[in-house]
Amino acid sequence: MKTLSAQRLHKHFDGVVAAEDVSLEVAAGERVGLIGSNGAGKTTFVNMVTGYLRPDSGRIELEGADITGLGPRQIMRRGVARSFQVPQLYPELSVLDNVLAAAACTAGELSFWRPAHSAHSVAQARAILERFSLAVHEQRRVAELPGGVRKLLDIAMALTRHPSLLLLDEPTSGVSAEEKFPVMDTVMAALEGEQAAVLFVEHDMEIVQRYASRVVAFYSGRVLADGPPGPVLADAEVRRHVTGAEA
Amino acid sequence: MIRHPVWLGLAAIVALLLAGLAAPRWLLSLGTLSAASGLVSLGVVLMMRGGVVSFGQGLVFAAGGYAAALLANKAGVSDALLLLLAGGASAVLVAAPFAPLLGRYRGIFFAMLTLALSMVLYGLLVKWDALGGSDGFNMRRPTVFGAPLPEGWWAYILYAIAVVLAGSMAIAARLYFDSARGLVSLAMRDNELRVEYLGASVQRMVAWNFVIAAFIGGVGGSLAIMALGHIEPNFSYWTTSGEFVFVAILAGSHSVGAVFAASFILELVRSFSSSYFPNTWQLALGVFLLIVIRFLPGGLGSLLRRTPKTRP
Repeated sequence: MKTLSAQRLHKHFDGVVAAEDVSLEVAAGERVGLIGSNGAGKTTFVNMVTGYLRPDSGRIELEGADITGLGPRQIMRRGVARSFQVPQLYPELSVLDNVLAAAACTAGELSFWRPAHSAHSVAQARAILERFSLAVHEQRRVAELPGGVRKLLDIAMALTRHPSLLLLDEPTSGVSAEEKFPVMDTVMAALEGEQAAVLFVEHDMEIVQRYASRVVAFYSGRVLADGPPGPVLADAEVRRHVTGAEA
Repeated sequence: MIRHPVWLGLAAIVALLLAGLAAPRWLLSLGTLSAASGLVSLGVVLMMRGGVVSFGQGLVFAAGGYAAALLANKAGVSDALLLLLAGGASAVLVAAPFAPLLGRYRGIFFAMLTLALSMVLYGLLVKWDALGGSDGFNMRRPTVFGAPLPEGWWAYILYAIAVVLAGSMAIAARLYFDSARGLVSLAMRDNELRVEYLGASVQRMVAWNFVIAAFIGGVGGSLAIMALGHIEPNFSYWTTSGEFVFVAILAGSHSVGAVFAASFILELVRSFSSSYFPNTWQLALGVFLLIVIRFLPGGLGSLLRRTPKTRP
């Protein structure tokens, strides 16, 4: 059974085609890079999978269960997690409290009495921070953190759920050229041992080439190419419409 | 294992009970009223931590007060503890139907909706002759565990009830603030979108906070009517609600103890100022609030801040 199965998704906005007959299947453990120029349909696809947008037609299944049309919260509770192009954090809380709050949200019913800072919760949060090399920032207020660290924290919070499907929206955008590979190395190391299927939207082809096991190229709301990174990035249509390189 | 806030709260309760034995009667009354309005402000702080401010807590203050007074006068319920609980429960009954609706609103819309609800109640109370209309009505003095109390001890016993009640609720509020739900409530203030994307319902959290604040406010209202012996529609008037917000801002959201300290300061300033300069005492309060906002933007409670790198 595939972790994610999207079948014939369509989405239009006032006549503008955002998704046209998009079908995609992703297996557990796959690392899939979604590429495409602005407006190609990558983010629309991610937003439909995460419930932020309802497809006009088509079906989305997560581990065999239909999640089409469910809201973000219901979908997250079924095992989907996401990070954001602009990290969505709690800027006035400490790094540790950000992870604790994320863990509390994912734990199901929120307790009125169970301490947020119980020894067990803090140990679990610290384990996640260790995996993302964030332990050193534990007590810092998020508003004070540099961009790369925020990106890592954003992804770390998504991983508190131990999702079956993890969507990363441009994990290196806003990160300096020097930081982008260390950030991705840290993310990939942290994902080791997780069986989650990972989809990441990315504009940086170096990142895609190095970290994706499969690449899906979007153009005008359609899937233009789908396969291993080498062949897809060398494809003439992809080079013309997506990477901008000469065919 | 009993946690630190519990011990601290119990120690404060014992200290205040002992201090009350030596306090003059006027100060006991002031302390009781401070506890009553402090409870309502505690509810405001609880909601503020979740990112919304209610400008209509007079609604639950009046609901609790009228319920206790009516039960005492019309139904013959005289026990103070029962009346306090009934006040809280009645406020929940009045507020809960609106909680799902209010859970959808934020910012000025939430504030104005709560204000509107409290003013609707005010309008009803003013026109309702059976409840005394604009003059309100008096409430007979309650008993404690069925026993009428001697005149000389009444002020202290009511003060003691107020201290134990407010102290217990302060401890419960602290435990709530420190709980997983309390932390997510704070997170919600910073970024609702992320809370939703992590699987928690922001609307439900806001609604729950409103209902909890209603219970606390209703208990505060019933305590106030016991201390004053008279209730009137002004309990639900917008200026009364404004005072609860004033205390909440003065206290900040760091410390539950600061809420009661701020409430006591308000009552003290009101009491002395209205005696010495009755027409301008609000001016003194306004200047005081400006000074606090300028030099202690996190409120009085920020002086006791435990984790300087986190804004609770």
